[in-house]
Amino acid sequence: MRPTPSGLKFLRALLVAAAVIAALWLGLGVLRDPDVFSALGPTLSKLGQALVAMILGVGGIWALFYAANVMIEALPGRATEFLRPYVFVVPGVAVVSLYLIYPTVGTVVESVTAVPEGADALTNYRQAFTNGEVLQAMRNNLVWLLVAPAVSVVIGLAFAALVDRVRREAVAKSFVFMPLAVSFVGAAVIWRFMYAWKPPGQSQIGVLNAIWVGAGGVLVDLGLLTEVEPVAWLQVIPWNTLALIAIMVWLQVGLAMVILSAAIKGVPPELIEAARIDGASELQSFFRITVPSIRGSILTVFTTIAIAVLKVFDIIFVTTGGNFDTSVVAVRMYQEMFRFRNFGQATTMAVILLIAVLPIMVLNIRNLRRQGIGS
Amino acid sequence: MRKRWLIATITALGLIVAACGGDTEGTTTTEATGATEAPGTTQAGETSTTAGEAAEATGYDHLDQALAGEFDGATVEIWAQWLPESSEASNFTYTLEPFQEATGITVNFQPTPDYETALQVAVDGGNAPDLAQIAQPGKMHQYAESGSLVSLSDWFNTEKLQADMVPAFYELGLFEDNLYGVYYKTDVKSIVWYPVQGFADNGYEVPTTWDDLIALGDQIVADGNGNPWCISIESQEADGWVATDWMEDILLRTAPPEVYDQWISHEIPFNDPEVLEAAEYMSQIWFTPDYAYGGNTYINATWIGETQDPMFAEGGPQCWMQKQAAWIGGFWGANRDALADDPDLPTSEWPVKPETDVDFFYFPPIEEEFGTPVLGAADMFVMFNDRPEVRALMEWLATPEAASGWIERGGFLSPLTTVPSDWYVYPNTQLSEMVAGATTVGFDASDLMPAEVGAGTFWSGMVDWVAANGEGTEEIFQSIEDSWPTG
Repeated sequence: MRPTPSGLKFLRALLVAAAVIAALWLGLGVLRDPDVFSALGPTLSKLGQALVAMILGVGGIWALFYAANVMIEALPGRATEFLRPYVFVVPGVAVVSLYLIYPTVGTVVESVTAVPEGADALTNYRQAFTNGEVLQAMRNNLVWLLVAPAVSVVIGLAFAALVDRVRREAVAKSFVFMPLAVSFVGAAVIWRFMYAWKPPGQSQIGVLNAIWVGAGGVLVDLGLLTEVEPVAWLQVIPWNTLALIAIMVWLQVGLAMVILSAAIKGVPPELIEAARIDGASELQSFFRITVPSIRGSILTVFTTIAIAVLKVFDIIFVTTGGNFDTSVVAVRMYQEMFRFRNFGQATTMAVILLIAVLPIMVLNIRNLRRQGIGS
Repeated sequence: MRKRWLIATITALGLIVAACGGDTEGTTTTEATGATEAPGTTQAGETSTTAGEAAEATGYDHLDQALAGEFDGATVEIWAQWLPESSEASNFTYTLEPFQEATGITVNFQPTPDYETALQVAVDGGNAPDLAQIAQPGKMHQYAESGSLVSLSDWFNTEKLQADMVPAFYELGLFEDNLYGVYYKTDVKSIVWYPVQGFADNGYEVPTTWDDLIALGDQIVADGNGNPWCISIESQEADGWVATDWMEDILLRTAPPEVYDQWISHEIPFNDPEVLEAAEYMSQIWFTPDYAYGGNTYINATWIGETQDPMFAEGGPQCWMQKQAAWIGGFWGANRDALADDPDLPTSEWPVKPETDVDFFYFPPIEEEFGTPVLGAADMFVMFNDRPEVRALMEWLATPEAASGWIERGGFLSPLTTVPSDWYVYPNTQLSEMVAGATTVGFDASDLMPAEVGAGTFWSGMVDWVAANGEGTEEIFQSIEDSWPTG
């Protein structure tokens, strides 16, 4: 077949591009016009709109890429090869950047510009760092950051190691793994009931207080205690923060366990055998051989949970509403944004969280690279 | 190859279902409440007007047009914070029926939990409802300032409204001299509920002065009958607002009304000595050992709907008095479940009946020179979208007919002076008399303060104060003062 002359190629490319753009324009017009579908009745019109939207969306993207490809091929050979990867990658990257970078930049800008008349740019930050409640929230975030990932990893690791040799391993694991399927809000509601408090003398509907009062009652009968009263777990400062961290641990331990279990199984058995031959006990071989081998996975789990912990909001919001000194930065951000409509302060909270999470993200990515993923 | 088609089809179906699912959930059309009964014979003759009939002029243009059937088939969306499946939501639905029948307009009433946030998000996202209920004038100012609200001054018959409404409530609907909100429902907070039988059995008498109130509390403690006061403030997002009501009611009784207004507008500091004195009186009831049932732990841990439960305990009341507005009736003990099963249950069939089982008395005055003040709060409706049928509904909400259905069901007090007093049933007959005879009517201060304080640090400050069992009053009030937004 004779190769098409380049002039014709170019013309064809232009026509294809024009056709695709025209088709998309018409399609969007149809979609926006309420009359086109109203004849179909309320349900069918929605179905019709959904169908057209999908065809336009999926088909449209395909058609745009096709048109772009045709246009590149109309160019001389070297230009084609040079441009092709960019044409296919740049649109996606641009859209993602728009959705991620633009709001981030906008938030940072808002935090320095949403200041009262004549005040300087850092007013919001100064306000935040001198506000006792915000400082308390940041202190709480620190406690969360130090305690929650560590406890999750330790319990997850312990469970993964112990369950390794059990016969019904899958069943045991699924019990620990199930909370992962519960939403944060659902978990908060469940644990609100676990921690519930009723006045002394009334029956305790909260599991923890039922056990506390029940066991305490036995001890009182035995004469070892004078009296036992139910405890309002969510109100006792500072232990209520630990009570809330327990909820997070309950949710994340399954994740830690599953990843670490896979990692433990990946440790070459020859290493363990060699250690056994050299006279190492179970514990020694665990801590000196297994754990160092899975160090990468431990770090991965740790940083993943840490990032989730910095974002925590629902757990605290649903259980205590941020009262009793349990507030965290994300809860403050929500209150500033929706209750007080103070956008300067709200964006400042968001920026503080962003800065706090950056080092952990860097750590996470470096760790993944070292493990050979995404290098 | 087949698998790919399967996945594609399932995804497509899923998207379609998601696209359809959006609108159909959550719209409460009022037709669902069954046969419409004509309200009692003392009602105004409005219900006899059917669409198409020439109605007597109501004084409101768009409403007249609507009653003449000009907007037949239109839809108006109205939001309010009354919880779904509560008696309030059900009563509002009931009260809207005559309007829908007379005009042919469909009113979609959305009771919305998490109301404040949901409304703000909807307004910000450009999806605001046509009409929305707002409890805090401060919120209305915010919306008006940002340009989201439709000004009523251009087309509403404001002279008629001014003549029909208690002046204080008309003025609170203004912002920068334009009318934005029409007040609809008021709540009187200066009342204390008590068990009728229990008081009779033990020879307790309704106190008429503060000293009598304290003496009654002491007597209950001495008799070993539990604790005199049922108090609790836990309400999730809005933890602490009940405490602010107490502070406000007491301040009205211990300081002149000018001080109250200056406190709200921040002409005096939040922790002015007068305010701290009010806090002392409040401590006398809240933090004296054995006065409040369950102590400060109970106060902070118990949801406001369950506060009064110990009053209905098996062996007799374990707490004897709760200061709360009349909406609490639907939450007394067994009433909660009964109303959850049937939100339309008439008051006469409630397990715990107002007036016969539980009655109220006026929260006593403290210092004689300040007379008998009444603390109240109110709900107004504001307009986000301007259309003729929306205007018609807004005008209708300013008429006594908009209140008649709810008044008949009980639990509604209107700011309109044109509501015939014989429409009211217990307790609103007494409450409207109480308001009429009050020396001062104070509007809920925390609703009028800036949101950072009135819906922020004032609430959380109260929670902290209770957690500290009344200690550190000065520090806490100072920190609330410090949090007052500058500029």
